[in-house]
Amino acid sequence: MTRSTWTIFWRTVIGRAYPRIIGLQREKSWLFFDVFLPLLSVAAYVYIYRAIEAPPEFLGFVVLGGAMTAYWLNIMWNMASQFYWEKETGNLELYIIAPTSRMAILLGMAIGGIVATTVRALAVIAIGTLVFRVPMTVTSVPIFIAVFVSTMIALYGLGMLLSSLFLLFGREAWHMSELLREPVFLVSGFYFPVKALGFAVAAAASIVPITVGLDAMRQLLFPAMMSDLRFLPPEAELAILAGSAVLFLTLAQRSLAFLEQLARREGRLTLRGQ
Amino acid sequence: MRRGVRSRETWRSLRIAAWLGWQVESNWADPFVFAIYSVIKPIAGALILVFMYVVVARGGLENPLFPAIFVGNAFFIYVPTVLSGISWSIIDDREHYGMLKYMYVAPLDIFAYLAGRGIAKAVIATIALVITLLLGVFALGVPIEFASIDWPLFIGVSLFGAAILTFLGILLGGITLITARHSYYVGEAVAGALYLFCGVVFPIDVLPAWLRWIGQAIPLTYWLEALRRAMIGVGASRTLDGLSDAGLLAIVAGSSFGVAGLAYVCYRLAERRALGRGLIDMQTMY
Repeated sequence: MTRSTWTIFWRTVIGRAYPRIIGLQREKSWLFFDVFLPLLSVAAYVYIYRAIEAPPEFLGFVVLGGAMTAYWLNIMWNMASQFYWEKETGNLELYIIAPTSRMAILLGMAIGGIVATTVRALAVIAIGTLVFRVPMTVTSVPIFIAVFVSTMIALYGLGMLLSSLFLLFGREAWHMSELLREPVFLVSGFYFPVKALGFAVAAAASIVPITVGLDAMRQLLFPAMMSDLRFLPPEAELAILAGSAVLFLTLAQRSLAFLEQLARREGRLTLRGQ
Repeated sequence: MRRGVRSRETWRSLRIAAWLGWQVESNWADPFVFAIYSVIKPIAGALILVFMYVVVARGGLENPLFPAIFVGNAFFIYVPTVLSGISWSIIDDREHYGMLKYMYVAPLDIFAYLAGRGIAKAVIATIALVITLLLGVFALGVPIEFASIDWPLFIGVSLFGAAILTFLGILLGGITLITARHSYYVGEAVAGALYLFCGVVFPIDVLPAWLRWIGQAIPLTYWLEALRRAMIGVGASRTLDGLSDAGLLAIVAGSSFGVAGLAYVCYRLAERRALGRGLIDMQTMY
């Protein structure tokens, strides 16, 4: 890459991240709904655990899982489906003819998404912890940070991969994003330890980075309770997350190039109202 | 307009809207893929509950609370589906297909049209409900026996419950008419709040008193409790134990008229405002 190519690449990243970081914060009511909606689910699941007299750590599992739902929803609606929205509003062709890398656009979307969603997830955790008096202590801050960062890179790498796959979709994009909500909440153990599903299912569900990321974070926050409920040791999960991050980013780059060509050939890049 | 002409118009609007809604919902995929899509989400939602019980509850699925909670969760499928379905059809027609303005110049009954779009969603929800209940009965041991279902209570409460959901959906449709940036959240936020306050997946007895009062003020709390009693013979809540089956049915029936009146007034007010401010053909790009 020449210097000007790099400059354009990073300008694109910043330009695409900007509306997500700054623009979304301007709409305060969206911030409210983005925090309020996950909190409603979190509260409902907390009351289930209270009704069946679960130990208080389980309330922590729910609060953490509820906060992580914000990332998954961001992946499905603002990463995977994004090119579909752009196609519907007529922006996609502008992206395609712009003298920049599509990976830079995806990277900007991902960075903006991580920042904006983290604000919401932190609010869910803070409010959930305070309202439901959840005891949380991080046993190893460096490992916790490493797990969280690796989860985000792998997760948004998966989002970039899905984004290129969704490039071919019409209305299916909408339905696919709807479809991959509750089933993923189930198999990734958003509201209960994933080990309950059995090793094989948990291993298969590890394709979604939140599965192992959440399990590792729960182990670092609730070590005593998770000692019998853990899927894998946190170090092993960290290694899986690092591998997933590399794999998804590589696959995203290749599939974007391939599927963009395919979509051009089949005339799907400008097809609207499909 | 003569009554006969008006009722024909209402019936035609309802029928065509139900057909249109079904096409919009289902024709993006072949029937097999669509069938899988329709049942996977609710089954996954039910299984989340199952695993929460398996991991924690004393006795796992044998816990006496489980059947009532499972049935409540299964019937709640209707709530987000119908509420979001009806209110979403306003956004769909206004923003995506640009058809809402034509609805207002065509000879159709807008209430019947919205109800028809709700019917299409309710059909999909019914398929999901049946599959979920079959899963409960045959795989999870939920004690529903066809012969012991209290059919009069079930049919009565289902009809009035359907009316409540339809009119709530129309009310949200009215809000959506005059809303730009928040339309996407309306149905989801209301359904999420109802999921919490109506004690869908836990008895409302565990809510703090002030939240319990909110729950007791919502007709769908009684609708779900009556459905539980009709299906498995017991409810989930000690707070509602004092109400007889007939009392629950009377509350649901009475509420349906109240919600209908409220929805009619709110929708007409919103509609007048939307027409006056030129919002019927608004394109917000959100």
